[in-house]
Amino acid sequence: MSGIAERNPNRSSQEAHLAGESNRPRSRGLIHAAAVQAVVWLALGAAAPASHAAGMPPPAPPSGLTWSDTPNDAGRSVELAWKLSPDDTLATGRVTGYLIERSETPAGPWTLVDSTAAGVSGREDQSVQRDTDYFYRVTAVGPGGRTPALSVTGPVRAVSQWINQTRWSVLVFLVVFFGAVLFYMASAQAGRKPFVRRIPGIDAIEEAIGRATEMGRPVLYIPGITDIDDMQTVAGLVILESVAKITARYETQVTVPVSYPIPFAIADEMVKSGYLSAGKPELYDPRSVSFVSPEQFAFVAAITGIMLRDRPAAHIFMGSFFAESLLLAETGFSTGAIQVAGTAQVAQLPFFVVACDYTLIGEELYAASAYLSGEPKLVGSLKGADLLKLIIMAVIIVGCLLESFGIHGLTVWMNTQ
Amino acid sequence: MKREIPLFLTAVIGIFMILSFFVPHQVVSVPADFLQQSAVILVAFGYVLGGANALKVNFDAVYKREPGWIYKLVLIGSLIATVAIGLAEGRNWQDETTRSMWIYNNLYAPMNATMFALLAFFIASAAFRAFRIRTLEAGLLATAALIVMLGRVPVGDYATRWLPWKWAQLSSLQQWIMDNPQNSAKRAILMGAAMGVMATGLRVILGIERSYLSGED
Repeated sequence: MSGIAERNPNRSSQEAHLAGESNRPRSRGLIHAAAVQAVVWLALGAAAPASHAAGMPPPAPPSGLTWSDTPNDAGRSVELAWKLSPDDTLATGRVTGYLIERSETPAGPWTLVDSTAAGVSGREDQSVQRDTDYFYRVTAVGPGGRTPALSVTGPVRAVSQWINQTRWSVLVFLVVFFGAVLFYMASAQAGRKPFVRRIPGIDAIEEAIGRATEMGRPVLYIPGITDIDDMQTVAGLVILESVAKITARYETQVTVPVSYPIPFAIADEMVKSGYLSAGKPELYDPRSVSFVSPEQFAFVAAITGIMLRDRPAAHIFMGSFFAESLLLAETGFSTGAIQVAGTAQVAQLPFFVVACDYTLIGEELYAASAYLSGEPKLVGSLKGADLLKLIIMAVIIVGCLLESFGIHGLTVWMNTQ
Repeated sequence: MKREIPLFLTAVIGIFMILSFFVPHQVVSVPADFLQQSAVILVAFGYVLGGANALKVNFDAVYKREPGWIYKLVLIGSLIATVAIGLAEGRNWQDETTRSMWIYNNLYAPMNATMFALLAFFIASAAFRAFRIRTLEAGLLATAALIVMLGRVPVGDYATRWLPWKWAQLSSLQQWIMDNPQNSAKRAILMGAAMGVMATGLRVILGIERSYLSGED
């Protein structure tokens, strides 16, 4: 380690910088630099003394250091590229890596910001401040020591871009989709309500609640196990309102255990709203919605406990589920309850299909609220989604044909970053 | 106004977050990051609400001596003890030697693992029902499952290695099933679900889907 340190012409300035003598108030960059430097010295230092003792000279420096502002970002990184040291070959073994240093002036002081292994000729520095000028240099390090940098490149400046050029395709599809949805919603409101096929799984919800009513047992509703940032949870909560409306009409108790606090508050509102819409607010039980736990298996333990103790006659699972899907559905199956599930988690669908009486697959979960409410605007939005599906199918076919003929323009345009 | 203000905020923030996907500039990305951090803080306050509800529901059950009240008492005791120990240990509660970590390693983790382990038995019972061949579709499913399961273990590969046609060997067949029919169906479901996500998002942003705001005006 000392061998390399002695060959570093800027060691003193780096040490001063690491010791906090620099006048730049960028503690985060300082910590980052210190961490990188420590790792690099530790990694390179172990091999250096013995090899150096063998008299191996330092490797020739890398050349042609160039920079470019990272495209389509908020000015938070720059890309660096260089030509490898002529000694960077497996045969000689004289290069073990490259050190990337940065400064705000061409004369230094230099801060080690990153390192690469031998054979790597580029790096992205993601620790820059936008609209700040930097200077970079790259040196090669090997068992024989470290070379002085050949040249300094700069000033390098990371600039924020206004548009992510790789996302035009998404924007076009989004505009088409929003346009189609708005058009069909307006059309449905004007009286041209689109046809919606029967979805047996949604029809079965009322049947399940009816059965629970006949048996005098509660209905158990699980709106998934994810937080409100998952759209499946939103869909599950929206369906809950319709379910609560039916349970209110049938005067049947509904139990809604929820795994996260925000969905819990919304679920409470949904149930309240359902009872209000059904004209029976007095039947609303504040204890019907409860917060359980965001921990997956603690939640499972609580729900299976409810299933086995309270014996609800209907279990409705609507939302995002993971490994607990089968634990819940199989326990529910063993109690003999009628079970309806809906999820867009592809890996969990087979479990629900096996263990439940009805399963809403993928998009049916999102269509359920429109289907249940029959609201023209909501039903119209389904038609808009169908139109986009048709367009996507056409694009897939055209894309396959173009790729088959070696034309890659569409594929490149669709590729996002 | 009880409805209009939340609807307005939902629309503005929703459109802004969509915009941030296309505009990386700091004029959009910095407020978007701030909004996301605010959401995290909001969720943290939500836990206070959730914890209060858990205590209320379970205290009520204990007070009224509902069936299983003793378990609820254990829950309340555990909840209070864990929070109290965590608070007493302060910022270093995640250190290996703390009581909080002892609770995590010796109580929480084993209970979690026990629940997860049950899955093996449930998969066996569910598979038994799934693979009963009563219809043509069920027959196809069982055949495909058999090929995939055998093709993914060494014995399946070994049993068909002698076949002169590579495509007829179980490992190749299972890979074809996974890459083609399985993957196509999965992507179709995912694309349909993505449309559903966008449609639901748009309905919420436009205020058409507003039931989450409660029925009271």
